[in-house]
Amino acid sequence: MSAAADKWFWPQAALVALFFCAPAFGLGPYWLEVLNQIGLYALLALSLNIILGHAGMFHMGHAAFFAVGAYTTGILYTSYGWPILCTLPLAGLAAGIFALLVAAPIIHLRGDYLLVVTIGIVEIVRIALVNNIFGLTGGANGLVGIARPVIFGFKLTRPWHFFYLIWGFTAVSLLLFHWLENSRFGRALNYIREDPVAAEGIGVNTTRYKLMAFVIGAVWAGFAGTFYASQMRTISPGSFNFWESVVLFTIVILGGSGNQKGVLLGAFLVVGLPELFRSLQSSRLLFFGAALVLMMIFRPQGLLPPKGRAYRLPPEVAR
Amino acid sequence: MEFFIQQLINGLAVGGIYALIALGYTMVYGVLKLINFAHGELFTLGAYLGFTLLVSWGLAGTVGVGPAILICMGLVMLLSALAGHVLERAAYRPLRKSGRLSAVVSALGASIFLQNAIMLIWGAKGLAYPADLLPRVMISIAGQPVPLIRVVVFVSSLLVMLGLYFLINRTRIGMAIRASAIDQGAAKLMGIDVRQVIAIVFMIGPALGGLAGVMFGICYGQITFTMGQIYGLKAFTAAIIGGIGNIPGAMLGGILLGVIEALGAAYISMSWKDAITFFALILILVIRPTGILPERVAEKL
Amino acid sequence: MIILSLNNLTKSFGGLVAVAGVSFEVERGEVVGLIGPNGAGKTTVFNLITGALRPDDGHIFFDGHSLERLKPHRIVYLGLARTFQTIRLFPQLPVLENVLSGSHCRMKSSFISSLLRLPAQRREEKAALVAAMRELEFVGLADAWRAEAGSLSYGDQRRLEIARALATEPKLIVLDEPAGGMNDQETFELRDLIARIKDRDITIILIEHDMSFVMKVCNKIVVMENGVLIARGRPEQIQKDPRVIEAYLGVDD
Repeated sequence: MSAAADKWFWPQAALVALFFCAPAFGLGPYWLEVLNQIGLYALLALSLNIILGHAGMFHMGHAAFFAVGAYTTGILYTSYGWPILCTLPLAGLAAGIFALLVAAPIIHLRGDYLLVVTIGIVEIVRIALVNNIFGLTGGANGLVGIARPVIFGFKLTRPWHFFYLIWGFTAVSLLLFHWLENSRFGRALNYIREDPVAAEGIGVNTTRYKLMAFVIGAVWAGFAGTFYASQMRTISPGSFNFWESVVLFTIVILGGSGNQKGVLLGAFLVVGLPELFRSLQSSRLLFFGAALVLMMIFRPQGLLPPKGRAYRLPPEVAR
Repeated sequence: MEFFIQQLINGLAVGGIYALIALGYTMVYGVLKLINFAHGELFTLGAYLGFTLLVSWGLAGTVGVGPAILICMGLVMLLSALAGHVLERAAYRPLRKSGRLSAVVSALGASIFLQNAIMLIWGAKGLAYPADLLPRVMISIAGQPVPLIRVVVFVSSLLVMLGLYFLINRTRIGMAIRASAIDQGAAKLMGIDVRQVIAIVFMIGPALGGLAGVMFGICYGQITFTMGQIYGLKAFTAAIIGGIGNIPGAMLGGILLGVIEALGAAYISMSWKDAITFFALILILVIRPTGILPERVAEKL
Repeated sequence: MIILSLNNLTKSFGGLVAVAGVSFEVERGEVVGLIGPNGAGKTTVFNLITGALRPDDGHIFFDGHSLERLKPHRIVYLGLARTFQTIRLFPQLPVLENVLSGSHCRMKSSFISSLLRLPAQRREEKAALVAAMRELEFVGLADAWRAEAGSLSYGDQRRLEIARALATEPKLIVLDEPAGGMNDQETFELRDLIARIKDRDITIILIEHDMSFVMKVCNKIVVMENGVLIARGRPEQIQKDPRVIEAYLGVDD
């Protein structure tokens, strides 16, 4: 860690601690719900960041993996009566396997082709859900009456319960992803993003790593689906459309693709800011669109672009 | 058989509209390597402008239906070209030097902006072109009654595409467009004003998209401010299926997609119609990763 | 001992036959120069050896393995590394990470151990850092380890590509125009670098247009023209070969 990073460690830690005290400051349930929503989007965007930010693959279909996770939880609960939190690993697993199956045939597609195909996948999933595929998804109405999660006999019902569940999970994910980014895995994704031909030519199994990025991103999107399903208690195909994917995509790019702090900031801005402008109502999205264009003109690298990894050289080779 | 022919004609009519929109995507992509996500909204804009001219301003009542439609189409093409030009200046030209991702996001932003602008101007409720705008003439093809308007839509989209094909392959500006699509740097060295080419492409494409909007309105009646999203996506899919950047490819892809969709909806399942489109896309790209008629790209090692 | 053998290698692009039935062998420890006029098919041969292209016909044997159906990363793993004619570093990434990309294929940490930062993974990361820095010292770029690769001079970028290739712990290294874009001083240093690579018991094949460089550095030369091998032998033999002289007459170089 460099000296500059050290200087900011404690202020940042204090900010995080303060944030986790938010429910204690008499923040009303409405704003806690907003924070929970931000947390959920942050979790999704962080997982998308691995695919889009680190591996540089134009993936605009993340809502599909989110949907698979949410529906796995919903189906396991409504049809088989599983406790909600027990469905969490399966939601991740189902989304991961789904990602592996759909990504394998398209992983070789270049930039824009991949973008359109992934949009297509979201649409296919949404239509499949509407058409009540396997007779389990409840059609256009979706699934209702999904239970609240229970941890060691304690039932999570209030917004602040979910605040700690979602943000706690997001915090753990941040740490794990941080480690992942700073490993040979994270570097390999960056090599692929910078120049896939050179990466393959220097010994990186590009196909495998691209697939792995998809799978790990999807697994976390699946986890997010579990939280979403149990928080909303109702899920329907309309919540997992193309637009959701666009929102996630813009969170990553606006915040700073490849940088966790940037992605977090992006989630706060893209999800949180519109809440502050509720009075504008119908013209909110007009401004959102204009803001996207302006951002890309004046700060295309995002608000907080990645700073690169910090390396501490072992003493025998220190410079 | 009767059913098949009806569905085929339906598919060809929709396919003609897809193809017209797809041309805008493919031309812009060819020159700029940019997915103009806002192109679908220009199609919507065309449909709404057409509505305003034809219905709200009562153009049809003053000069008769036939001339009114032609004047309307001309004006809409002109206005859409203008909108396309403004779009290019505002949202894309400042980004010429930035990465692909920024351009994608800017295009998305422009698309969201336009869609909501249309909603704020014309209202969130859809509009309907009057059903009695044109007399409902049925003609007989292979013994089957088919609405004349669908045939007209298909034939006129073919004529427009033929005109475009002529423009691209037989004129100086067409040559400049083709050259810029192959290699911008080389085109510049050969004295081609690439900026001008881009500006022109950003007028031709939207003009065709706007025209498709009017044709859609006249043919199907109901228009909504969100329709550009799905039609844009389908048309872009068509462009990719045909091999993006390739003008005959966009025409082929559009018509093919229209037919696949109509037949798929008829013979497989109506409720899976849109999914069939994307299955077709994935299938074609898995077999041919750059579409049916790919642009030529050489990778230097 | 033969480490690499090409047998009747053939590749065409559309109607153009770029490589037509090329066969030659490389002994372990040799420095082989692959020369010929522009368009002779030299880089295509390299791309075939390294798996970037697939041959239409013929065989490539390397160290007991048949290469012609393997993907590039597998070939690197077997111990055959390359540099690119048009420098292909990761220009936005720091010099150190460029070298670490070469170490990647020798590292074993699994995805899970990376996600959880297990002790074995941390030990391996540290060892990789040491190895990467050693390679940077070897090519003389250690002080630039933090710099963006794209900010280096042309000659330094060529040396960084070599360091990256060396980090894969190759048995054989193929260098595509290593002296391209270098000034006299850098070219001189490159000769020394190649000699030191050879001392590490790494076999070298290189493409180069600078004839005096090739004659001084290589102990065997293979000459191609129009996709066909026209001569091979020791430098002094090649210099006298009438077919080679003919091939080079009228070629500006």
